Amino acid sequence: MMEGGSAPVKEQEDATHPMKAFASELSKLQNQVQALQSTKLQEQVLKLRDSVKAINERVQAAAEDLRKDAPVGMGSGGSSAAVPTSAAPRAANPPVVVVKREKIAKMSAEVKDDNPYSRLMALQRMGIVKDYEKIREKTVAVVGIGGVGSVACEMLTRCGIGGLLMYDYDKVELANMNRLFFRPEHSGMTKTDAAVKTLMEINPDVNFESYHMNITTVDGYDKFVESITKDGDGKTSRVDLVLSCVDNYEARMTINQACLELEQNWMESGVSEDAVSGHIQVIEPGVTACFECVPPLVVASGIDEKTLKREGVCAASLPTTMGMVAGFLVQNTLKYLLNFGQVSPYLGYNAMKDYFPTMDIQPNPGCSNARCCKLQVKYEEKRKQRKLDKEKGEAVEEDMGPLHEDNEWSISVVEDDGPQQEGAGEEQGAATSEANLADGIEFSMPKADVIDEKTLEENAVETNDDEDVDELRAQLEALNAK
Amino acid sequence: MGDWDAGTKSTVQKIPLLKTKAGPRDKEEWPKRLKEEYAALIKYVQLNKGSDQDWFTISSNKEGTHWSGKCWYIHNLLKYEFDLEFDIPVTYPMTSPELQLPELDGKTSKMYRGGKICLSIHFKPLWAKNSPHFGVAHALCLGLGPWMAAEIPHLIDSGIISHKDKK
Repeated sequence: MMEGGSAPVKEQEDATHPMKAFASELSKLQNQVQALQSTKLQEQVLKLRDSVKAINERVQAAAEDLRKDAPVGMGSGGSSAAVPTSAAPRAANPPVVVVKREKIAKMSAEVKDDNPYSRLMALQRMGIVKDYEKIREKTVAVVGIGGVGSVACEMLTRCGIGGLLMYDYDKVELANMNRLFFRPEHSGMTKTDAAVKTLMEINPDVNFESYHMNITTVDGYDKFVESITKDGDGKTSRVDLVLSCVDNYEARMTINQACLELEQNWMESGVSEDAVSGHIQVIEPGVTACFECVPPLVVASGIDEKTLKREGVCAASLPTTMGMVAGFLVQNTLKYLLNFGQVSPYLGYNAMKDYFPTMDIQPNPGCSNARCCKLQVKYEEKRKQRKLDKEKGEAVEEDMGPLHEDNEWSISVVEDDGPQQEGAGEEQGAATSEANLADGIEFSMPKADVIDEKTLEENAVETNDDEDVDELRAQLEALNAK
Repeated sequence: MGDWDAGTKSTVQKIPLLKTKAGPRDKEEWPKRLKEEYAALIKYVQLNKGSDQDWFTISSNKEGTHWSGKCWYIHNLLKYEFDLEFDIPVTYPMTSPELQLPELDGKTSKMYRGGKICLSIHFKPLWAKNSPHFGVAHALCLGLGPWMAAEIPHLIDSGIISHKDKK
């Protein structure tokens, strides 16, 4: 008993230091909140988080000691490890009943207050979805867990998706609080870990995987491809769909490359830098335009570029626009995965005018990505074969993707209905020239200029076959040192 | 940032164009491209030194995938120097490298996480237009140079950064 009794005193003494530090950091934070210095605020929040962690660790260690020292059967024994995380002041408050959502083995359609799937399974009864439970066999990778991606993940989680792979290299910061999903207490956590934490509580049936990494570097790319393939073989995809919720061209091009190599269908999404327009786009390698076939298409905000004030900021954002784009994206995803309604190949949103253009973008036979061109040929052969089979009267399984007629490279604008969709009678896609994009849609980047051979030769760099890279590097370093 | 000044325009025209379209995953062609990158950089640094406007040093790892060096800016006769680094993206040269000044991370809104300078409005369309003939030297000349000229004086005048001797 002597040994056991001494432990709590030790615990108190140990805890004194970090508690003091905690109090002083907390008062600093209060001062900064008053002064509203955002960068300092964040630093302070991080520091505080660390001190809370340190306190917890100490208390936990002390509790562990206590348990070791205490004779068996004394006190609350095994459960003591769970105690330290709740700080002392809690005791004064009335107990809060926390409902923990337990795992559910099979989706039930039973209408009961405690069945999280009853409203989803009702889609079946209403005849919207044939087999809703199929969603549990589906796995989706979401790249970019920001304003759009995090909300898309929450939607998929609440819909009971089977697996969710999440990718982001960023951390949550207070500047993200104008968007949905993340909360101030997530500050400093990686976006993927913070997302898993919240989503796991909402629906533990989902298999979450969190990847905190940048996919655009050479190493990051390999890891990304490894993670979305079976047994990490880098060849066969194990996901049903990739959703791009990134905010930059480089990352989109990276996803495009990976999906071309894996022949993986994906959906691209984006919100404009002025926060008042957005879009989603379905990309099926070889079947539709890939992200490199034509310069990225965006919805024009209808604002004169010259009147836009851009000085001082990189991007604006609104929770509304981002939430809507996430909604469009996941709606299209559900239709695609569960086979209902029409999957929109491209859907734009102009918030200024509440205008929603749709269109169909055909692949470019002259695409600068060789892999895309190869897949276009492959798809064309498959299509011809299917036509032959059909003529022979054999039963053919239809592919998910829209079928394209033999026409030259063009962007065909399809109002409201995609081609080859049931009931798309009135307006079949009229092939138009590149300049004839759907109303209100424009390219966000110029096309690469074609430089003729002669000009290039005249202006091109000269390299000597005898010299290797190391020699050139040494030359540059020598110049640097001068 | 505005459009490029006459000096930048005339300098960039003197930086040789690159010929090989190859990224770091292209085992065969990348060494060729890397040689061109170095040759163009050597030319650019020589140009800068020739006109007494040297403003950076740069070198890569053996694979040519990660680059690091220093860049500096003279303001009111004082030299402000920063670490510079970037990775060659897997989709290079279709997309430009994302230049990073890690020391300035969080100090300006014209920057993304990790100190990646914001180049989306002016520079990236120009890169797309000239892809795959622009290289690292062009990115420094048309991306980092003008960014520093616009941002650094502002950061100094508003007291966000101070000269190392005054710290």
